[in-house]
Amino acid sequence: MSGTQPGTPAFPEAARDAVRDGTLRGNLRHATRTIRGKRARAVAELDDWAELRAAGKAIKDRTLRHLDHYLVRLERSVTAAGGTVHWAADAAEANRIVTGLVKATGEREVVKVKSMATQEIGLNEALEAEGVRAYETDLAELIVQLGRDRPSHTLVPAIHRNRGEIRDVFAREMAAWGRPAPDGLTDRPADLAEAARLHLREKFLRAGVGISGANFMVAETGTLVVVESEGNGRMCLTLPETLISVVGIEKVVPTWRDLEVFLQLLPRSSTAERMNPYTTMWTGTADGDGPRAFHLVLLDNGRTDTLADEVGRQALRCIRCSACLNVCPVYERAGGHAYGSVYPGPIGAILSPQLRGTGSAVDASLPYASSLCGACTDVCPVAIDFPEVLIHLRERVVQGGEATRNGVRVRLRPAKGHAAERAAMRAARWALDHPAALRAGQRLVSRTRRLHPARLPGPGRAWTDARELPEVPPEPFRDWWRRTRGDAR
Amino acid sequence: MSDGRDRVLARVRRALADVPRGERPGDVPVDRSYRRAHGERTAEETVALLAANLAEYRAVVHRTAQDGLPGLLRTLLARRGAASVLVPAGLPAHWTAAVDARRVDDLAASTARELEAVDSVVTGCAVAVAETGTLVLDGGPAQGRRRISLLPDHHVCVVRVPDQVVASVPEALERLDPRRPLTWISGPSATSDIELERVEGVHGPRTLEVVLLEVSGTPDAATHGGG
Ligand code: SF4
Repeated sequence: MSGTQPGTPAFPEAARDAVRDGTLRGNLRHATRTIRGKRARAVAELDDWAELRAAGKAIKDRTLRHLDHYLVRLERSVTAAGGTVHWAADAAEANRIVTGLVKATGEREVVKVKSMATQEIGLNEALEAEGVRAYETDLAELIVQLGRDRPSHTLVPAIHRNRGEIRDVFAREMAAWGRPAPDGLTDRPADLAEAARLHLREKFLRAGVGISGANFMVAETGTLVVVESEGNGRMCLTLPETLISVVGIEKVVPTWRDLEVFLQLLPRSSTAERMNPYTTMWTGTADGDGPRAFHLVLLDNGRTDTLADEVGRQALRCIRCSACLNVCPVYERAGGHAYGSVYPGPIGAILSPQLRGTGSAVDASLPYASSLCGACTDVCPVAIDFPEVLIHLRERVVQGGEATRNGVRVRLRPAKGHAAERAAMRAARWALDHPAALRAGQRLVSRTRRLHPARLPGPGRAWTDARELPEVPPEPFRDWWRRTRGDAR
Repeated sequence: MSDGRDRVLARVRRALADVPRGERPGDVPVDRSYRRAHGERTAEETVALLAANLAEYRAVVHRTAQDGLPGLLRTLLARRGAASVLVPAGLPAHWTAAVDARRVDDLAASTARELEAVDSVVTGCAVAVAETGTLVLDGGPAQGRRRISLLPDHHVCVVRVPDQVVASVPEALERLDPRRPLTWISGPSATSDIELERVEGVHGPRTLEVVLLEVSGTPDAATHGGG
């Protein structure tokens, strides 16, 4: 996949900056706490949540274990329904395919539904380089795009911006992108939404090409599903002549019936609603309703490398609900940018180092960007065992071992020049600077130890062996830290 | 293109070297002991739950018997000051018989720009889900293309009760045909992107009104599609 930006700081450095940013922390805390409380209530409404979650996990495991079968089936169904399927092994290939398809239509601009896959491959930049302008149409993405910013949360990407900042961005930037913001724009959310509505409506009505991702693809029927709230998705999916969807290969589910599980799990885990305001489902092309041409680009970009790891594979079950972000004490303080990728929070900590490998400083430090408190596992609707994957990845960073990179089996050496140990130590120090994160972590490390008696000693020992402070261990690290540093914070 | 296909599929197969050769997808167990619906309800209680959940997500809910429908639709459109109303093919003619607003048909040739200039739209639906407060449109009679329930700022959706109402998401999927383009609507368009404060109507209709049309006995031709 397209790697991290050159010079992207490792997690602890990036997190330290974020923690100093009072506005960001305030916004994040407010947001994650609000969503967290609502989610718990939405989930409690269904007394079969445990069974739904088990089914969601099992359906995804079945799919992943037979992914070739389901992808071929999906391709056949989509083709039979009038769509065209393309396969992209990496970001460059996907960008080439999409850019080619857009240029073949003769259009010079596209409207986009928020999609993590297209962010992951840097599609907007690739289109730009070919003279095609991509307009993000999700309100938060619009805020991010106009502010020349990066998204910081899977679900609410502009969560780090408050209303005053958004007003300023709209007033300053909208004119350069199309319809200017109305004079005297206030910072009332309703007025800001109205400004976005007017600004974007103009683009929807003239757009010839729409680009989307998808939440689910049904192998049996060839149906794609996009779940959203604002209606910008519906605009992009139904008004243009040509629709191009770029979707990770892990998003396939076997049957139509399987949607009954995920359409219950996703909205409640995500926005804490019984159902999100809009869901669009389409199967190929339909006569007279919606785009006349439909292209599906199936994206690998590191997913098969992740699939090859029997422990790490489960990260591909993720349905991107972002519940794990909202309960993560580390995320709440560090913010999404610190993770150095489009996948922030706990899922980013386990997915990015698998998609990209652990070669860069940020990717080597991500498995340490967690207190192992396990709160993420408790809320995850597909029951991803985060502590298990995190510890497995730490082991790989520290000890090296077998892994698959770009489809080739390789033997990774322990990260060079003590980079791993430095990353680990810095992450540990960072956690120590944030007592609540640490307390949560310590409580649950012991819990994890009970759950994984055979696992922890390995990486745990490696970490102790490698660290530069051999005199510490007899005393709990935290106590030592406090004693030697005083109560710095 | 086929090059990418072969490469990706080969990688998938190599990645799954640990999966025993003889294993079939169906061998990976999926326990479906989750519920088909949550709670026991009479048909009337299910309709009441639909109404309550729609209202909680800020749809405006009305109930009427058959003969009250034309008058109600007239009132709802007049209250909005709607000068024009979009009407999908197959909408029973008597539904909008009393409406003052100019009727605009959903024609294949109409452009999005023309349709977005219309004030209101009236549609039926395919099925409504009580537990989630969701309306599903499938492009069938009285529902029209997906864009018509999107572009006007005011959507009035008529649901025949109790026969178009199901309790749950699993029951709804059972009734739907995946080959049709489907739109699931739960409340009006909304965003919480600005400081998590909910704002209705960013792009879709800012006002969603739902008419629960009481139909006694089995649906007849007058209310089922064609009209
Ligand atoms: S890992 Fe689980 S909780 Fe986190 S976004 Fe994915 S599905 Fe949701």
